[in-house]
Amino acid sequence: MGIEGIGARVARKEDKRFITGLGRYVDDMTVPGMKHAAFVRSPHAHANIRSINVDAASDMPGVIGVLTGRELQADGIGNLICGWMVHSKDGSPMKMGAWSALATEKVRYVGDAVAIVVADTKGQARDAAEAVEIDYEELPAITDAVKALDENAPQLHPEAEGNLIYDWEIGDSAATDSALADAAHVTRMKIVNNRLIPNAMEPRAALGHYDKAEDHYTCWTTSQNPHVARLVMSAFYNVAPENKLRVIAPDVGGGFGSKIFIYPEEIVCLWASKRTGVPVKWVADRTESFLTDAHGRDHVTEVQMAFGADNRITGLKVDTIANFGAYMSLFSSSVPTYLYATLLSGQYDIPAIHANVRGVYTNTAPVDAYRGAGRPEATYVVERTVETAARELGISPAELRRKNFIREFPHQTPVIMNYDAGDYDASLEAAMREADYDGFAARRAEAEKRGRKRGIGMSCYIEACGIAPSAAVGSLGAGVGLWESAEVRVNAAGTIEVLTGSHSHGQGHETTFSQLVAHRFGVPIEQVSIVHGDTDKVQMGMGTYGSRSGAVGMSAIAKALDKVEAKAKKIAAHLLEADESDIVIENGEAKVAGTDKTVPWFQVALAAYTAHNLPEGMEPGLKEGAFYDPTNFTFPAGCYICEVEVDPETGHTDIVQFVAADDFGNIVNPMIVEGQVHGGLAQGIGQALLEGCHYDPATGQLITASYMDYTMPRAADLPSFRVSTTNTPCPGNPLGIKGCGEAGAIGSPPALINAITDAIGNNDLTMPATPQRVWAAMQ
Amino acid sequence: MYNTTYRRASSIDEAVKLLSDAEDGKFVAGGQTLIPTMKARLAAPSDLIDLRHIADLKGVTVAGDRVKIGAGTTHAEVASNAALAKACPALCHMASHIGDPHVRHMGTLGGSVANNDPAADYPAALLALSATVHTSKREIPADDFFTGLFETALAEDEIVTAVSFSLPEKAGYAKFPNPASRYALTGVFVAKRPDSVRVAVTGAGEEGVFRAGELETALASSFDAAALDGAKVSADKLMSDIHASAEYRANLVVVMAKRAVQAALA
Repeated sequence: MGIEGIGARVARKEDKRFITGLGRYVDDMTVPGMKHAAFVRSPHAHANIRSINVDAASDMPGVIGVLTGRELQADGIGNLICGWMVHSKDGSPMKMGAWSALATEKVRYVGDAVAIVVADTKGQARDAAEAVEIDYEELPAITDAVKALDENAPQLHPEAEGNLIYDWEIGDSAATDSALADAAHVTRMKIVNNRLIPNAMEPRAALGHYDKAEDHYTCWTTSQNPHVARLVMSAFYNVAPENKLRVIAPDVGGGFGSKIFIYPEEIVCLWASKRTGVPVKWVADRTESFLTDAHGRDHVTEVQMAFGADNRITGLKVDTIANFGAYMSLFSSSVPTYLYATLLSGQYDIPAIHANVRGVYTNTAPVDAYRGAGRPEATYVVERTVETAARELGISPAELRRKNFIREFPHQTPVIMNYDAGDYDASLEAAMREADYDGFAARRAEAEKRGRKRGIGMSCYIEACGIAPSAAVGSLGAGVGLWESAEVRVNAAGTIEVLTGSHSHGQGHETTFSQLVAHRFGVPIEQVSIVHGDTDKVQMGMGTYGSRSGAVGMSAIAKALDKVEAKAKKIAAHLLEADESDIVIENGEAKVAGTDKTVPWFQVALAAYTAHNLPEGMEPGLKEGAFYDPTNFTFPAGCYICEVEVDPETGHTDIVQFVAADDFGNIVNPMIVEGQVHGGLAQGIGQALLEGCHYDPATGQLITASYMDYTMPRAADLPSFRVSTTNTPCPGNPLGIKGCGEAGAIGSPPALINAITDAIGNNDLTMPATPQRVWAAMQ
Repeated sequence: MYNTTYRRASSIDEAVKLLSDAEDGKFVAGGQTLIPTMKARLAAPSDLIDLRHIADLKGVTVAGDRVKIGAGTTHAEVASNAALAKACPALCHMASHIGDPHVRHMGTLGGSVANNDPAADYPAALLALSATVHTSKREIPADDFFTGLFETALAEDEIVTAVSFSLPEKAGYAKFPNPASRYALTGVFVAKRPDSVRVAVTGAGEEGVFRAGELETALASSFDAAALDGAKVSADKLMSDIHASAEYRANLVVVMAKRAVQAALA
């Protein structure tokens, strides 16, 4: 592997610029003549717009333009769309309500954009935004998805009767019902998965620049997938033809899914640049981030799990209502369906599963993928239910899980997924050993003496990453293919540039992707540059989300490296007068195996470009590209064990230990993987213990619109994690990688809630398990 | 933030003059509440009169059984003052848990007292310690100073200059922080004197800081946490919000009072 190759604990190349303040984010970008935008946003959750008067605002100091949805629509800018078609069980397509980037007739959530003001300074733009006069007719609002289905609930979109987007199902309903009817025991639960606000460190931002001379647009934006942004903005929103639109996502300070989607602001900034004749920059303030970043989760689920007399799971029936918010965000439809219900088999051999999912509009921010996207919701349903069943059946949670583990692979679940590899006993055993599970009773007794309630809980999660085989997702309704591209350019002096369609917004790709190259050719990672995030440099790519950059993005690089390696060997063989099958490339040189005949890597590269002495008929140059389309999802899995102590007087929970045993397949950089797990665990623990998005049910105002009320995890809230990995290599991709970016956020919430409910002896507890809620559950 | 004019005062008189000259001026000390409020465009003073450079507002003195703390003293200075740590460690402990390091190094005692946030820590300490609030015009007993949510006895142009109190026999503070903001969800300061016990509660009352009379009575007969076993305070007139119901706060008042007594006796 070499000291910088696959498996090496290499320090992150990109961190120096990040931690010394030299990163370049959208807000660091300037263009000559650039002006600043502020958006006028709805203060109401639901209202008709009677009139908009921009006269006073237009006369304010420094104002260049005040634009509304009327002008936007007059210029033919299209509505925002959801790019994944999901059909209801009656065969009808999902009911997508119109979403104009600037609302014209109706606003549907607090923060809905209505107008944009462009001015010389940000302050002037804000002052003028406050002077835009909008006459609203307030309408009753609904924020709760279950209540939004009531007959008399306020109606959001004429296209979606009863606020219902779809009523979808998967699995065999009759077989599942019969399993429930025949069961020796049925565990029933109502499970709420709380709504979360993403809170990336860098707020969203956009800089739109229309160049009149070239009739060309450039958009700098905080995106996890700039090529998808370009495609969607050109093909669907009619902002500019694809060849006239360059999208650049420079350094991006965290995404967690919320920067996958194309939002109104980047569309409007691009369009406004053409309209006003000046480059237009907008940077969200933190309040706008709270109000308008796509939120995550927000499910209410009824679950029934059937057991035979031998404690084998015989069936699982799930009925979920998913809150979509006011509009269907770009991939929103897929999250509570194909990214959720397809994982309901968990790590278990369950013969019959049926899930019904209703997607519902409410007067809240749009909801879409957020770290884990559907899989945390599925894991929470399965792992809370299994743990509860163990308590009801009076057997140990570990034993019940072992009883039901899948042990033969490949394994076809009743809900589409075909698990390719795994060893669930191995991660369970590793976690139990590390957590000293068997010693828990003694620790609980000791805590009891100190007046503390101690509990332990586990979670055996599985997720599907590496999305995804393009034809497969196409058949399920995806509007795009989910392959990845790569181009490897060996320069004449032997340094290497890798162009990738993956996007790094914290993941460390500049290091791990370089390690892949170092591993292949034995060149130092300093001689490898990773180029990403610019549609003018990288031809096409699908971006980074769903823990796909290792399994899919790096597989594309590996394919391109194969081609480069093959050509380099031909050149080296020619130079060394040997047979190409005898050439090996390692440690920065090509050599004839078993001899001392070598040629340095840079001379191979130089020979390719001087082209003075190449094999007969060979084209000059050393540059190859590849597209990689995965053959299956990948299936990271693992076991998390959490141990807590609850203060019975206040309900405060201390996490006294948290153990994670993950199977991510092969690992490129263990340090980066550990960092991903730590971050994921912090987010999962945040969801379970601290974070809860709260709208006022009467007015639809966001109560948790700042850090005064929205609780982000702090270091002091978290224990020192003990993480380890077991490895069953993924058979589906050339590197054997499964993906690690989301596991922590997926697996941890049920472990924590299982531990707290174990401690307090009351299973009726809703996330986030705030001190107040835990205290109330103990009364 | 809207435009504002920054003015630095070098004396109390100058500060008062600058305020009277301003169209709609505001005093600012550490600015840990006012500046974020202005950034959110929820406050728009025409002038900000900075009190941080007035020497008369600085310093902590412990003389005999009297303590006097200048209004411009930061929370970090109170938390780390050696003389105070000997004389009244509960106050240092309290100051050391206000906000975060940034807030503690910028925020001042005077600013906290004058703002009278219903979840701020200092009001509980001052009320329990029977402190006196010194202003540019007069001296006001803490009992009369805190008049409601963000309301005090201060006139518009009146500046808190210092706080003084006589040392109690024992004192303790226990706070259950709001998980998000770290303000007090409920904070209880207890102070024991030979003839009385005061129990002051912040973060919980609908009308701001208050004294828990039933707990004071129980502790007056026996200053021990056990004296509060089974004690209850009414949830009437306690705040209810997404973080804590009035009933939960009523529970926390008793629990934090016990822990404050334990801290005082430790």
